[in-house]
Amino acid sequence: MTKGQRAIALAMAAAVTAAAGSALAEEPKRGGTANVVIQPEPPGLIMGLWQNAPTQMVAGNIYESLLKYDQELNPLPSLATEWEVNDDGTVYTFHLKDNVLWHDGEPMTADDVVFSVTDFLAETHPRLRVSLEHVENVEALDDHTVQFTLKQPFGPFMGIFEVGSMPITPKHIYEGTNFQDNPANNHPIGTGPFKFAEWERGSHIHLVRNEDYHVEGLPYLDEVYWHVIPDGASRAVAYENGDVDVLPGGSVENFDVARLSELPNTCITGGGWEYFSPMAWMWLNNREGPLADKRVRQAVLYSIDREFARDAIWNGLGEVPTGPVSSKVRFYEPDVPRYDYDPDKARELLEEAGYDGEEIRMLPLPYGETWQRWAEAVRQNMQEAGFNVSMEATDVGGWNQRLGDWDYDMAFTYLYQYGDPALGVTRNYISSNIAKGSQWNNVQGYEDERVDELADEGAVAFPDEKRQEIYSEMQKIIVEDAPIAWLLEIEFPTIYRCDMKDLIQTAIGVNDGFGDAWLDR
Amino acid sequence: MGRLSYITRRLVKGLFVLLAIVILNFFLIRAAPGDPAQVMAGEAGASDEMFIEQLQERFGLNRPLHEQLFIYVKGIVTLDMGWSYRQDQSVASLIGQRLPATLLLTGTAFCISLMFGVLMGALAAARVGKWTDSLITTVALIFYATPLFWIALMAILLFSVYLGWLPGFGMVSVGAGYTGLAYIGDILAHLVLPALTLGLFYTAVYARMTRASMLEVMEMDYVKTAKAKGVAPGRITRVHVLRNALLPVITLAGIQAGQMIGGAVLTETVFAWPGIGRLMFDALLQRDYNLLLGIFFVSSAMVVLFNLITDLVYTFVDPRIEVS
Repeated sequence: MTKGQRAIALAMAAAVTAAAGSALAEEPKRGGTANVVIQPEPPGLIMGLWQNAPTQMVAGNIYESLLKYDQELNPLPSLATEWEVNDDGTVYTFHLKDNVLWHDGEPMTADDVVFSVTDFLAETHPRLRVSLEHVENVEALDDHTVQFTLKQPFGPFMGIFEVGSMPITPKHIYEGTNFQDNPANNHPIGTGPFKFAEWERGSHIHLVRNEDYHVEGLPYLDEVYWHVIPDGASRAVAYENGDVDVLPGGSVENFDVARLSELPNTCITGGGWEYFSPMAWMWLNNREGPLADKRVRQAVLYSIDREFARDAIWNGLGEVPTGPVSSKVRFYEPDVPRYDYDPDKARELLEEAGYDGEEIRMLPLPYGETWQRWAEAVRQNMQEAGFNVSMEATDVGGWNQRLGDWDYDMAFTYLYQYGDPALGVTRNYISSNIAKGSQWNNVQGYEDERVDELADEGAVAFPDEKRQEIYSEMQKIIVEDAPIAWLLEIEFPTIYRCDMKDLIQTAIGVNDGFGDAWLDR
Repeated sequence: MGRLSYITRRLVKGLFVLLAIVILNFFLIRAAPGDPAQVMAGEAGASDEMFIEQLQERFGLNRPLHEQLFIYVKGIVTLDMGWSYRQDQSVASLIGQRLPATLLLTGTAFCISLMFGVLMGALAAARVGKWTDSLITTVALIFYATPLFWIALMAILLFSVYLGWLPGFGMVSVGAGYTGLAYIGDILAHLVLPALTLGLFYTAVYARMTRASMLEVMEMDYVKTAKAKGVAPGRITRVHVLRNALLPVITLAGIQAGQMIGGAVLTETVFAWPGIGRLMFDALLQRDYNLLLGIFFVSSAMVVLFNLITDLVYTFVDPRIEVS
């Protein structure tokens, strides 16, 4: 363990101790301000309109959904207090709280939920739209009861009620309007613990306590400021200087994490990403060139020292994946063929496949220094095992286009898995999802009939034991075929002052807002 | 020819130059790989075809290129710079919001650098070969050669982190609720580090240029004549040398002033200064065509304008130059 990793381990232990202490005895204190970093600046704060990470991070304080999820992905009450599922898993009934007010004082009812799902989000939320294809009907049984009837069982259905996936949006403001151009878009109205106060573009976003919040006593904080600081090094300095209290996961470059973790009153946690379960991998273009050969793709996996990259570049945070499903996602199957670091085995496979040293083009992810260094480490590993790898630089726009046009051999990326294979895994492996223009589908061009069948069956099978059986078989086939090179189950470290208590309480961490957080000052 | 008709002619010419710049930029930015719909879908982490089509429809990106160009140029002629895709606001209002911050930063840096640069350059030239000259030349060379972002980060570390004298980012203390003089003082405190950082580079440039230009003029016959006549050295430097040596400095100042509107991308980024430079950088990465074109348009208009002003200033400084 290096000095840096030791400092991080200590700061993580401090986080655990602080959380345990807070859970045991301390009475939360009211008042205070949280200063948090946001990068990049969000395009807007209407969560239903903008599904990007910075919007969710800020607007997760303003909007809510029917449920939240704990760090084991079990559903928790939010706008809904109770729920029932019928025996064959096709009818879901949610009972809503009866004391919820929108930030403008109007009561929130079941009609708002129906409007959000069938009108607003069906038009504006591409990711939710995919899940809604399984829904036959949504209706309000009374003011505080909503019922979803599905066309057939849809295994991950209980997992789509997270605020970023289904933000409940006010019907009285949006009904009958052009959602994109509604003047109310400059002043988001939600039901969450904090209300929108001010947005000084290029500088900061200011949220204030919702005095009428439907959970008695919450939130504890008076206000939250989100500071827009575009440069990674400057964000680190802002924390060091005491200007900000929280650096949400991914705010600073990984090489700054060890230094920051040594500061007094500093805690680090990798928690709060369980729902997203981000996994990093390299797309391998299965269509042409050396990587069309399964043995060459397997050699790629054997050639990479993934533990080294995890320890050296990601400060030892995260797990090395064994296959397409993250170990934090439901129906993960650990019993699959392993690709432990073995350059000799890689060389053997390359020889067997008759690889003649043809150049392989690698696109790093243009998301900063961490990803650049990672690409360099992987390239060095692969060169040592006999590959001829060249790196090609792009910016985000260029990277999108190259992947959308399939103009690459290997490309770094990371995607969210949303807790269930049917939501965030199978989309990358089924052949019906091979289409140009997207960076989230089956970009590598992998085709296997059995995998297609299993993915279809797994989504609608009932109950969970059946789904586990199906997804286990699917994972074994995919790992054997090595269509992409899985690199890391990422845990973006969130760095914060230890006297900021109860910061991360759910499976989406700071994205669920500061509703429970309080300052022990 | 009178000054007025000269100015009118130059302005009309300038308008055509601007139009050409607008059209060139329109195609240039579209030649970059990727488009705004793709980048925004990327940020959303999802892209069914319907979503991309919705975005393209909304931004008019699905129309033929010549139609897009026609719509854009028609807008520009009426000073309508369109809508920013990513920021979801009109380009004019975005530029308007950021302009004061940028002008404050670049304007302060401009004044600092012009004043100190010329002073240092003149001092070095007057003491050529002495230790003052060596010192100024060396320091100027160091600041000229050191990357701005590095100076910026070191300045933050020293003055903000270790010494705690000055704020390290932003333009105001967010949430402090200052008003009146305290508010102005707060902005000035935030301005010191970015303005000095940006100013140092240009100070070095002006110092080097003034020194070189003055040394050249000092070799002129009329300077020798003045010396032979027994004119006091201070007067020779001020009246005969400096004034004649200022022409290249004015050219450079004109260029710098023209670029002021474009902001200072690196300085604004490191200091989280909410100016136009950063807006432009973000717009570039996000392929926010209208916003980028809008910023290019405004800043090229400024360059054209300041070129004209520079040419006019020449005629005042050096009466031998005539408008023609």
